[in-house]
Amino acid sequence: MSQDTLFDKVWDLHKVSSLPGGSDQLFIGLHLIHEVTSPQAFGALKDKNLKVKFPERTVATVDHIVPTDNQSRPFKDSLAEQMIETLEKNCLKHKIRFFNIGSGNQGIVHVVAPELGLTQPGMTIACGDSHTSTHGAFGSIAFGIGTSQVRDVLATQTIAMNKLKVRQIWCENQLSQGVYAKDLVLHIINKLGVKAGVGFAYEFAGPAINLLSMEERMTICNMSIEGGARCGYINPDEKTFSYIKNKLCAPKNDHWENALTWWKSLKSDQNSIYDDVIKIDASKIEPTVTWGITPGQSIGINEQIPLLDELSPNDKLVAEEAFEYMNFKPGQSIKDIPVEVCFIGSCTNGRISDLRIAARVLKNKKVSKNVKAFVVPGSERVANEAKQEGLDKIFKQSGFQWREPGCSMCLAMNSDKLIGNQVSASSSNRNFKGRQGSPNGRTLLMSPAMVAAAAINGKVSDVREFIN
Amino acid sequence: MKSELTPPIGKITQINGQCISLIGNDIDTDRIIPARFLKCVNFDSLGESVFADDRKNLNGNHPFDLEENKNASILVVNSNFGCGSSREHAPQALLRWGIKAIIGESFADIFYSNCIAIGIPCFTLTKELIQKIQKHQDDKFLFLEIDLKKSLAKSKDLNFNLEIKESSRKMFISGEWDATSTLLENENLIVNKFTQLPYIKFNTNLL
Ligand code: SF4
Repeated sequence: MSQDTLFDKVWDLHKVSSLPGGSDQLFIGLHLIHEVTSPQAFGALKDKNLKVKFPERTVATVDHIVPTDNQSRPFKDSLAEQMIETLEKNCLKHKIRFFNIGSGNQGIVHVVAPELGLTQPGMTIACGDSHTSTHGAFGSIAFGIGTSQVRDVLATQTIAMNKLKVRQIWCENQLSQGVYAKDLVLHIINKLGVKAGVGFAYEFAGPAINLLSMEERMTICNMSIEGGARCGYINPDEKTFSYIKNKLCAPKNDHWENALTWWKSLKSDQNSIYDDVIKIDASKIEPTVTWGITPGQSIGINEQIPLLDELSPNDKLVAEEAFEYMNFKPGQSIKDIPVEVCFIGSCTNGRISDLRIAARVLKNKKVSKNVKAFVVPGSERVANEAKQEGLDKIFKQSGFQWREPGCSMCLAMNSDKLIGNQVSASSSNRNFKGRQGSPNGRTLLMSPAMVAAAAINGKVSDVREFIN
Repeated sequence: MKSELTPPIGKITQINGQCISLIGNDIDTDRIIPARFLKCVNFDSLGESVFADDRKNLNGNHPFDLEENKNASILVVNSNFGCGSSREHAPQALLRWGIKAIIGESFADIFYSNCIAIGIPCFTLTKELIQKIQKHQDDKFLFLEIDLKKSLAKSKDLNFNLEIKESSRKMFISGEWDATSTLLENENLIVNKFTQLPYIKFNTNLL
């Protein structure tokens, strides 16, 4: 009997050849592109006099550089304008489908592809962005690539890659009230470390994962890369199929039935052989907040920032750097640390369910006067759905600014940036030094519900006090 | 940034150069090249912006600013170097500053493949040896001659084996690291694969 994981099956299905150097040539079923990592790839195609091999397998949108306040063209930032124009020209020239601003389908590439039904089980998906791991939530094998590989996918629809090992992360029991997928994944990264996943694909499984909605599963797989794993995935189930059904690019009619039959056959075999298995008890996890400069430096809301002596020699080095940068003290409580900026958005937590949860916390409450708070929906669809539900009003009444979709202060390539050493409570995925646009800016990662709670109190707070 | 710099092409078998060491674990690609420098449609001018914020914070004392490192080309780092964002701008910025090879305890996956794809071999060594090299450098310049065929590095008074994935090593010595043409050779196999994949026919709504 076969003992293959879903990863093995999808990999083998897409393997084109074994290359002389020892890596595999892998067919990419869906290629997503955006404005930041594609222009040089198109440039290289031109230099090498090559065409796009299967233009219908590539889909484009614009997300990283778009302003979230005023999106009228030309953009005020001429470099940003040049980037979007370059993408427009490249898509036109190579006949690539492009979801531009105002199309109703623009947004962060990892929010857009699932909501359009482009992301499907059993595919290989690549994009010049490390959070491509998000799409693994549907049982696809999805990973980030660099610009030279974007060039290779455009030219050949394949890349050269070494097969990854597979670690199963088995999540037992279920998350408690007020604890979300973000807390679970921050907890996992903290337990395993930010480089444990190097060379691995992470398979998330177990009762706690089965109970999650598709959007929560995306949050988990999205942050696989923060644990070092290039790819994270979850075996598809009924929730996966019903999420995809009727989406714009989902298979229709007979194709739907055929797709469903195939998708149902796609999962890790019962006795799959994993390279490693880790168990996590989801019921023990508290709302989790980062205190340092890597996503692995996190603690539960009622815990204290670790003392240096409690850490392994390796972790100590980064912790010392974090203490110096963050200006927090070992042993200090994370709760009640004042925050100045609150950001809800990103491909980790900028989906409709994230906005609903945050709005529920914010309803009839006011953002602290010391806080600048803004919400950036992950896509035009998310924004429209939120407006239909009146969520935008709840955000605005509470004192949040309501913005246009894009990556925004997740990486601060537009004008949304921290200033000086401001502390932000952020629903995004990276708390690296300088990540949010100021070389001394300080980022605390947490769930969108926790960002909402921090916005109201003006300091890191336990959201469970708001929802119970 | 070295003005005479040209990106590598073809076979890479030997790299000789002065080491520059950068101490710290988990140095992410946002630090190697902050996001504001990604607003570009080519990589040419990234060299001068490498580690921009770290360098600014250190006021001229960052290894990449020190006069004695000006001609260095072999970067020596610690563990999980290049984690975070997939931006190829990071290795491109290093390359355009003058880095031709990197030696470290460990590298993040995407950063590693980006380096291979642009012709920067990444070698690993034990933590102890890395620290020895990094200390050695404090005393005097360290010039290394790296032989990719033998995975050997030697200097005046050091001689050691470097670890590199066998597949990567082969790609460098054969020139295959520049992957597009190798991939294109299998054109027929690619087309076959495309027609055989179960989902291609369900996805009639893609375009
Ligand atoms: S939201 Fe942030 S992490 Fe996600 S694609 Fe945009 S910049 Fe990258």
